[in-house]
Amino acid sequence: MRDKPQNLQLNAHGELQHLLTIEGLPREILTRILDTAAPFTEVAEREVKKLPLLRGKSVFNLFFENSTRTRTTFEIAAKRLSADVINLNINTSSTAKGETLLDTVDNLVAMQADMFVVRHAASGAPHLIAGHLANIGNRHIHVVNAGDGRHAHPTQGLLDMYTIRHYKKDFSQLTVAIIGDVLHSRVARSQIHALTILGVPEVRVIAPKTLLPSAVERMGVRVFHDMTEGLRGVDVVMTLRLQNERMQGALLPSPQEFYKSYGLTPEKLQQAKPDAIVMHPGPMNRGVEIDSVVADGAHAVILPQVTFGIAVRMAVMSMLAGG
Amino acid sequence: MPKKPSLPKLPEAEALLRTLVAAMKPHAGPAMALVGIHTGGVWLAERLHAALGLSVPLGSIDVSFHRDDYASKGLRRGAKGSSIPFDVAAAEIVIVDDVLNTGRTIRAAMNELYDYGRPARIDLAVLVDRGGRELPICARYCAHTLAQALPAAQELVLARAGDDVSSPLSLMLKDRHDA
Amino acid sequence: MKIHIQNGRVIDPANGIDRMADVFIAKGRIVGVGAVPPDFEASGTVDATGCIVCPGLVDLSARLREPGYEYRATLESEMAAAAAGGVTSLAIPPDTDPPLDEPGLVEMLKHRARLPEFAHVYPVGALTLKLGGEHLTEMAELAEAGCVAFGQANVAIVDTQVLLRAMQYASTFAFPVWLQAQDPFLARNGVAHDGEVASRLGLTGIPVAAETIALTTILQLARETGAQVHLTRISSAAGLEIIAAARRSGISVTCDISAHHLHLCERDIGNFDSHARLAPPLRAESDRDALRRGLADGTINALCSDHTPVDDDAKQMPFDDAEPGATGLELLLPLTLKWAAEMKLPLSQALARVTCEPARILGIEAGTLSPGAPADICIFDPQASFQVSRESLRSQGKNTSFLGVKLPGRVRYTLIDGHLAYSTAFS
Repeated sequence: MRDKPQNLQLNAHGELQHLLTIEGLPREILTRILDTAAPFTEVAEREVKKLPLLRGKSVFNLFFENSTRTRTTFEIAAKRLSADVINLNINTSSTAKGETLLDTVDNLVAMQADMFVVRHAASGAPHLIAGHLANIGNRHIHVVNAGDGRHAHPTQGLLDMYTIRHYKKDFSQLTVAIIGDVLHSRVARSQIHALTILGVPEVRVIAPKTLLPSAVERMGVRVFHDMTEGLRGVDVVMTLRLQNERMQGALLPSPQEFYKSYGLTPEKLQQAKPDAIVMHPGPMNRGVEIDSVVADGAHAVILPQVTFGIAVRMAVMSMLAGG
Repeated sequence: MPKKPSLPKLPEAEALLRTLVAAMKPHAGPAMALVGIHTGGVWLAERLHAALGLSVPLGSIDVSFHRDDYASKGLRRGAKGSSIPFDVAAAEIVIVDDVLNTGRTIRAAMNELYDYGRPARIDLAVLVDRGGRELPICARYCAHTLAQALPAAQELVLARAGDDVSSPLSLMLKDRHDA
Repeated sequence: MKIHIQNGRVIDPANGIDRMADVFIAKGRIVGVGAVPPDFEASGTVDATGCIVCPGLVDLSARLREPGYEYRATLESEMAAAAAGGVTSLAIPPDTDPPLDEPGLVEMLKHRARLPEFAHVYPVGALTLKLGGEHLTEMAELAEAGCVAFGQANVAIVDTQVLLRAMQYASTFAFPVWLQAQDPFLARNGVAHDGEVASRLGLTGIPVAAETIALTTILQLARETGAQVHLTRISSAAGLEIIAAARRSGISVTCDISAHHLHLCERDIGNFDSHARLAPPLRAESDRDALRRGLADGTINALCSDHTPVDDDAKQMPFDDAEPGATGLELLLPLTLKWAAEMKLPLSQALARVTCEPARILGIEAGTLSPGAPADICIFDPQASFQVSRESLRSQGKNTSFLGVKLPGRVRYTLIDGHLAYSTAFS
């Protein structure tokens, strides 16, 4: 019935207004974020690890779902850009008192915030906030999605792309496999969108049927249920975290059985190209989705991912906050 | 039809470069370290570094992170990052740029250098001083000062005829497009 | 009071009438269509030039939010919305707070609704206490208090033995049983159709099998018990096929869909637009198209508003947390006309789905202009349009994907028992 849903992410000039999801972003914007991130990687090696770009700006980390790890990387990124960072863990405070999500947002708007970094357990929460800001005519505050439900984790997707480009230079000849719990993974969704937008010709997902969303192939991926087949000839192996609560029950019988079929072992990895890289968004379950030998091995680029993550978040924040 | 104001004839860049080398030569010692500002300043610094036979490795600076027009214009596209391959604290640094105008770029470059440590000394070498200063900055080494100020809408830039370090350099005028 | 409705085009699907004719009303009832009845002297006239005169709409599901949710809507606001939408009879699902599970509540509701400008209300009593799916309600008592059928609103009876017993008991007294077919396990935590859009947006899906499995169970029990079953809010093509097959095998069953499901599909969720969070969920485009055809060919008997006013606080939430439902009383007629125009259906056939057909399911004397019937009449201008906006909606519920959309048809007058309940002159 409706026309295309309004794109909240880009302003009238096609510049990034919010970063809510990778889906629908033009390739040019993704490439620009990756290009912008490159010089930021070197800042960590300076004596003064601080740039003045966001001096005087207030970045609010709105974490409606706890994640010390993600919050810390955003905090480091914002602080390296000289922003004032205010951390709010909201799951315990205001919502318990009956304040709605948008009440909370209105309060923070009144505190002259410049940027919201939002983590929420419900898919679409950052969209709701960005839509609300548009409705109240606020074009000053930028929203960065730091992970919403199963929907998107765009900065993670971007740092993964940065990592791939760092090691593989070019996207146009790659075969990439994403392994594990795609169904519940916002990371996987962002990776799939980013890879397809950047022109990766073959994106594979490898998982049991219980961990794949229906119609996943409509997102432009090839579905495999067998690791040997799925890993054959791939350049990049992206493993996903399997949440503890999903290891036993109706989705999977046991972590051991998952490891047996879908754990990334050195033997299975031999199917991939000799120079394949192995990635993981962290934190890893060693011996479940990934074998320690692989996690600590020569193919793994898991720690560089973390380093690049800060640069990518700095790039996103500085692209959003600049005039 | 309004007549365009006549512009001064631009000097030869290669000739100015020789002048600059001559001016710097007496001061070139083991502590002199060059850092070029992207992009024209880097080309120039590469030529100076070779001509002066300096031992401290060449550095380069991208001022994007310290530009004072970030709030209004955003992050410049295609930022390359800085590379300072020597210990800043011990160095007598000469910032090299093609054209000195408002002085804002040099201010940003000095801030960038300070992120790497406290330099013993900073000097400035430029090919052309076009006037129009907005900050208290002046070049120690300057090959040419334009007698007549250029219109602010005109940008004076250095061009290089090839990708090679030794490709000939030339000065040219173009309209500012970032206004 | 004798009213003469002049110069209108009368469409009365129940009697196969579609022609220019005047309508005559006396003592709250229709006394003639076409020729002036003997000794008729009008004390008032209504000019219906350029308008269609049809039976007042009969809506199989409208939540008035009383008792329990008065902050969302009141009987007054929603009855005004009904009249503005040309709705003159409506069935109220039992999911009030507390649910309609005891006679006192039903009597109170009927009493509160007894104003002449209010639509006739037909409460659907709860089939089980507190809709809990365990204990049967006092159906005979509830029927005496005014319940016309028994149901569970959107709440499933998990225990199939209780479902069997409830249907057996209801059929003992020939009480109709209204059920929504959704398997609660397959639908667990689900907020959208389990398809492309839910996968993309990371929303928990409700598979079509949740509907087909529940339908199969209900239909088998209907065959066992002989209960008179009405299936509410079918959402899928596969569901419709199961109903059609059951009918072919001799099970007599009726069903309805909501007006929003007639036009929208999963894609209308867009970027988490919670207005498109409905129960059952909006399904694939192919399902929506099957519903449109099914309503035209009669596989689906009736179209209802499934009016569910939800306040902004409960809608302006992340999609998962937002409350399902859409406002609908004022959209029922426009969305019917839109569908008829898009499907190139005769108006009479389309209007049957919101007048005589739902009246037949409710077993009430309504939805017709037959002489002697109550003078419940909707007079609308098919050329005019209704701009849906927060301001134009009289309902306290502003929750619909159609906000900002212009829809065909504008109600000019609504008469209930011959009483003028709404006129554009009011607004």
